[in-house]
Amino acid sequence: MRITKLNVGYMPLVDAAPYIIAQEMGFAAAEGLELDLIRAPSWSGLRDMLAFGRVDAAHMLSAVPVAMAMGVGGIPGRIIAPAVTSVNGNVIGVSQPLYARMQEQGTNLDFADAASIGHGLMRAAGETLRIGVPFPFSMHAELLYYWLSSLGYAAPQGIAIKTVPPPLMADALAADEIDAFCVGEPWGSIAVERGYGSLILPVSAIWSFAPEKVLAVREEWANSEMELLSRLTRALWQAGRWLADPGNLLAASEALAQKQYLQTPSEVIERALSGRLIVDQSGTSRQVQNFLEFHAGAANFPWRSQGSWIAQQLAARLGLDRKQAMTAGRSVFRSDLYRTAMQRTGADLPGASEKVEGGIDARQPAASEGGTLYLEPNLFFDRIVFDPGPHS
Amino acid sequence: MPSEATRLSIVLVEPNKDRAIQIIDSLQDAGSYDIHVIAENTGLARAVVAHNPDVVLVDLANPSRDVIEELSLASGPMDRPVAMFVDTSDDTMTKAAIEAGVSAYVVDGLRADRIKPIMDAAITRFNMFKRMRTELETTKKALEERKIIDRAKGVLMKARGIDEEAAYQLLRRTAMDQNKKVVDVASALVTAAGLLS
Repeated sequence: MRITKLNVGYMPLVDAAPYIIAQEMGFAAAEGLELDLIRAPSWSGLRDMLAFGRVDAAHMLSAVPVAMAMGVGGIPGRIIAPAVTSVNGNVIGVSQPLYARMQEQGTNLDFADAASIGHGLMRAAGETLRIGVPFPFSMHAELLYYWLSSLGYAAPQGIAIKTVPPPLMADALAADEIDAFCVGEPWGSIAVERGYGSLILPVSAIWSFAPEKVLAVREEWANSEMELLSRLTRALWQAGRWLADPGNLLAASEALAQKQYLQTPSEVIERALSGRLIVDQSGTSRQVQNFLEFHAGAANFPWRSQGSWIAQQLAARLGLDRKQAMTAGRSVFRSDLYRTAMQRTGADLPGASEKVEGGIDARQPAASEGGTLYLEPNLFFDRIVFDPGPHS
Repeated sequence: MPSEATRLSIVLVEPNKDRAIQIIDSLQDAGSYDIHVIAENTGLARAVVAHNPDVVLVDLANPSRDVIEELSLASGPMDRPVAMFVDTSDDTMTKAAIEAGVSAYVVDGLRADRIKPIMDAAITRFNMFKRMRTELETTKKALEERKIIDRAKGVLMKARGIDEEAAYQLLRRTAMDQNKKVVDVASALVTAAGLLS
């Protein structure tokens, strides 16, 4: 097969693993692809590189294509998500003074109970709480808004969620610009390593199956390069399956640690990949189920309902028409393109393209083409179920 | 909307002082503007809002770009609508800006012909920075490669009792035979020698 070169942009985060592993472990080559991986300096920079054709595909925040489809994404253009490349993986952390106050006030810091930790955080924060997130349109921001408003702390009164680039979170905490943060790994663990923060909750405790990053491409590119897109989707799927094997943990951590990729010690990366995090300065270790998922539970399947959920959250806080937003949101999660890519690969695909989000409390079999598919727990901490409803 | 008569105010986000001065010079050559430089990443959002600029120029490689992006959104604290500069009638300029590594945020309603000289000046200047950086990297890489080759020559001269010229010829021949670069063969040799000593 002739090798085709593809420019693929990514942010240096642990959840860029499928892209890096696809290239490093030969899954891209097996599909006749060579991925030229281009490290981006910022999410808006990566979005522009994709929108204006500097790269053909990108590792992207799941909310970015949805926001663009809703017309609030900063620039015009249509970006679609033909696959999800990771589920969960972000952590919420606080400054040392805030952590100490939470401890003094007796908050049960079990790194699991989103309701009691949320109340504890608000109690300790007092009048105002400023939380840094990497980007305004992100699962980080949406899950923080969801979490705190569900607990009765309506944003934005008293709560400010603001953009701070992850490499600058430390400075922002030190300069007293923020009290807390929500970031993807390795930045949470780096905060702990450097001694300026402690982790209080994985976002998987707010929503146990949140689509975090997607493969993003220009819609017109997908239309004209369907075959290439299918090959890339399959290479990423293979990489996700490889990453899900615990036997590959060490090799994966070392591949990502290299200086052209994350340039972070492999033992720090390993924490996120294994779900065993060190959360505070006394070295408390917590094992989190489904902390960061690349494969299990049809993780790569871009459910239309995931796009709808993100869109309705964005619409609610920006004061936009909910129904219109949901139609836009579901239109960018392209389960049809994923099916096209994955046919005849042996991957078992769900029968439906849409589901109720938040309705699965334990691993369970799902209606699928091959009858061998299991879905992982998919619950919101407040047990509210999101029904995307009928659509035209 | 700023009137035609008023001077446009530009905020330049640039931590490097020398670069900032050069960009200001280029902009002043292109027209008459009020230019403020913000060098600090902390408190960036507040500082930008305080200047209430018509145009914000920021290096695409600056991770703080996302902070400016947030300001440009409707829900941001800036009271004037601002957008990432995209000339929809002619996106070659946007493409050129991205290639050069500069992004601009522009207050809504500003006419494209008023922005064009600013963009042209910034793009030219950023392209120059880019060229200089590439040249610097090439020089650095060449220097590093020469160091490795010198060390490999030293290893060969010592191990085989040959002179420098013969050592280099040996490296070159081996590289040609194996269809590799001289520096790759040299690097393998230096690593192996390190392991054996």
